[in-house]
Amino acid sequence: MIHPELVVAGILGFGLIIYALLGGADFGGGIWDLLAFGERARQHRALIINAMAPVWEANHVWLILVVVLLFTGFPPAFAAITTALHIPLTLALIAIVLRGSAFAFRQYGTQDDKTVYIWSKVFGISSLLAPLFLGMSLGALSGGEIKMVNGTPANGFFAGWLTPFAIGCGIFAQSMFAFLAAIYLTNEAKSDPELQADYRSRGLFSGVLLAVIAMVVLYLSKTGAPVFYTRMIHQWGPWILAVTGVCEVVTFWGLKERRFAIARIAAAGVVVLVLSGWGIAQYPYLVTPGYTITSSAAPPITLRYLLIGLGSGAFILVPSMGYLFKVFKFRRD
Amino acid sequence: MTNLFIARLQMAFTLAFHIIFAVAGIGMPLLMVIAEGIYLRTKKPVLLELTKSWSKVVAVLFAVGAVSGTVISFELGLLWPKFMEFSGGIIGLAFSLEGFAFFVEAIFLGVYLYGWNRISPLAHWISGLMVALGGAMSGVIVLTTNAWMNSPSGFDLLNGKPIHIDPVAAIFNQASFHEILHMMLSAYVTAGFAIAAIHAWYLLKDRTHPTHRAALSISLLVGIVSIPLLIFSGDISSRRVAELQPAKLAAMEALYETRSSAPLVIGGIPDDKTMSVKYGIKIPYGLSILAARDPKATITGLYDIPRDEWPNTALVHLAFDLMVGSGFAILAVAAWACWLWWKRRELPDTTWFLRALLVAGPMSVIALEAGWVVTELGRQPWIIYKIMRTADAVTTMPGLIYTFITYLLLYLILFSVVVVVLRQHLSKFGEGFDDPS
Repeated sequence: MIHPELVVAGILGFGLIIYALLGGADFGGGIWDLLAFGERARQHRALIINAMAPVWEANHVWLILVVVLLFTGFPPAFAAITTALHIPLTLALIAIVLRGSAFAFRQYGTQDDKTVYIWSKVFGISSLLAPLFLGMSLGALSGGEIKMVNGTPANGFFAGWLTPFAIGCGIFAQSMFAFLAAIYLTNEAKSDPELQADYRSRGLFSGVLLAVIAMVVLYLSKTGAPVFYTRMIHQWGPWILAVTGVCEVVTFWGLKERRFAIARIAAAGVVVLVLSGWGIAQYPYLVTPGYTITSSAAPPITLRYLLIGLGSGAFILVPSMGYLFKVFKFRRD
Repeated sequence: MTNLFIARLQMAFTLAFHIIFAVAGIGMPLLMVIAEGIYLRTKKPVLLELTKSWSKVVAVLFAVGAVSGTVISFELGLLWPKFMEFSGGIIGLAFSLEGFAFFVEAIFLGVYLYGWNRISPLAHWISGLMVALGGAMSGVIVLTTNAWMNSPSGFDLLNGKPIHIDPVAAIFNQASFHEILHMMLSAYVTAGFAIAAIHAWYLLKDRTHPTHRAALSISLLVGIVSIPLLIFSGDISSRRVAELQPAKLAAMEALYETRSSAPLVIGGIPDDKTMSVKYGIKIPYGLSILAARDPKATITGLYDIPRDEWPNTALVHLAFDLMVGSGFAILAVAAWACWLWWKRRELPDTTWFLRALLVAGPMSVIALEAGWVVTELGRQPWIIYKIMRTADAVTTMPGLIYTFITYLLLYLILFSVVVVVLRQHLSKFGEGFDDPS
């Protein structure tokens, strides 16, 4: 009999990964929008907008799914996280709010150069900051500094997320999303060889940067998240690291050989492996050390209904999402 | 300015903001489905143009609504972690289902907005239908969570913690039916009359503009059908609230003294210290009839409710009268429209009627907000009625004033930009349309 809380936790992790693959790519797109330079900057921006416009609303609903699953399935952990990490989560939220609105207003507002410029900058900077704070929050979960006593964090509200390790996780998230977006955009830019080449080089550059940051974060975790470090270095962690490394190499190869479809799959693989690796290294903790999946779980009846609800929801949702992508991503006129 | 007060104020204004966009996300898709449906039947180009113009408005409102909804879902934890710790396992299921409905709505809105040239006209219309249904479903389900706060069920208490949790019983709590009925109808009333008011404004400048005329007829129709039903549902709600939350009813009606043959007090200034209402119009037997359908029925007054469980009588009573007054004013405008239609057999568009719509539109928004003030402030000091006080649910994080000011500025910017963007769109409304006549 599989414990329902494990299944819900698994779906939570799955939701986080999908959010990273879809919403994360959106953040990455925003980062490249911010960093667009050179004579083709305008085309870069148009490319990014076209890629994101139809899907970004649906992409970001995954974040809400993660939040809802957390407070439905693991209420005490949710309370601890939203209390102790109130500040970084608020900062991430503010960035997400600004970002969503800036995107909509840049498209639908007055199209004079100055207005578009301002909203573009707001969009870009908030796209850069949201992953930073989300990454820092995730890192704080591993850091072990969050200890709740009588509903308040014993180490204060600045603990856990300002450690070098947590900040490293934040920067890692930024570069990972930029990496992912660059490679997605090589596919979006199929019809324009120059644009495609631009994103090819961005993909290579951000991929190398990502590998470097990964090693730094791993090093920082030695003191910043010891349990996580131990798992990654000593137990089965090295296998995941190895496979992630292989995926990254395949991505580079794909980019080099202009086999962009392969690069895309491999890049997505990197993201999946990084987050799965983190999740498995975290297991069974939701918040190290005080909240495990089992200790924070809602009663079995809630978890069972939740799984039934998710299952039935998926029946409607998966085909709908498939339809969305079919209409926009696979039918190129 | 305690942390609790700031948290409440922040939750209040972010919800007050969000509800406008949520209502738009529920009501406007219905308007679009009707417009596009009539177009598919009649092939009149003006209706296609109307659908396209309206969809641009919906796109903006939906995006902002999604963003403000994300804020709410975070705020549940950031401001009220203890509430979420208690109730997450109980009402979380409803939130999850709401998430799905909203997800479906978002997906089909993407198809609808961007898929004009990629799918068949029928597929496009069905996508619009899915948006309207998704919006309605998510509204219905999320309302059950608010209803649960007013009438908690689906658990027992042991040492202050919930046991024997039954999330389905929580969804089907005693307040769900009347809250869902009343709020869903109010969404259609507000969407109908607010949109009608906007188009009335443009028609006052050019009575013949075909797209604005089509827009007015559809939005007015939805509003006119919904308002009598809404008032009727308000009657149901009053009686349910009398049974379920006597303190809320007493505050709504500014009733201090428990008594039979209770009068209805309209207006006036309730004074908690003297436990009386200054000024105001008293209708004999009115409250007993309204709340219990019996002129001799005994209605509980605030005097018989512990003092530390009193809501803010003055605000709740004022908000209630504002809501009901607006509702009846809108009903009068609806009746006027019907009379004009019956007399002239064409779209009501006389100058005075259009001006009345200019008032009815904002009034429907005021009624919407006032209604939520009634139900939320009327439930205080409880966050979960008779189970958990709002003061016991708030986060221990200090310095909420800083984030409050940040959100306030953020939302002010958001709101003003929405207004600017919408005005831009509306000034070009129907411009793609070339009336062949």
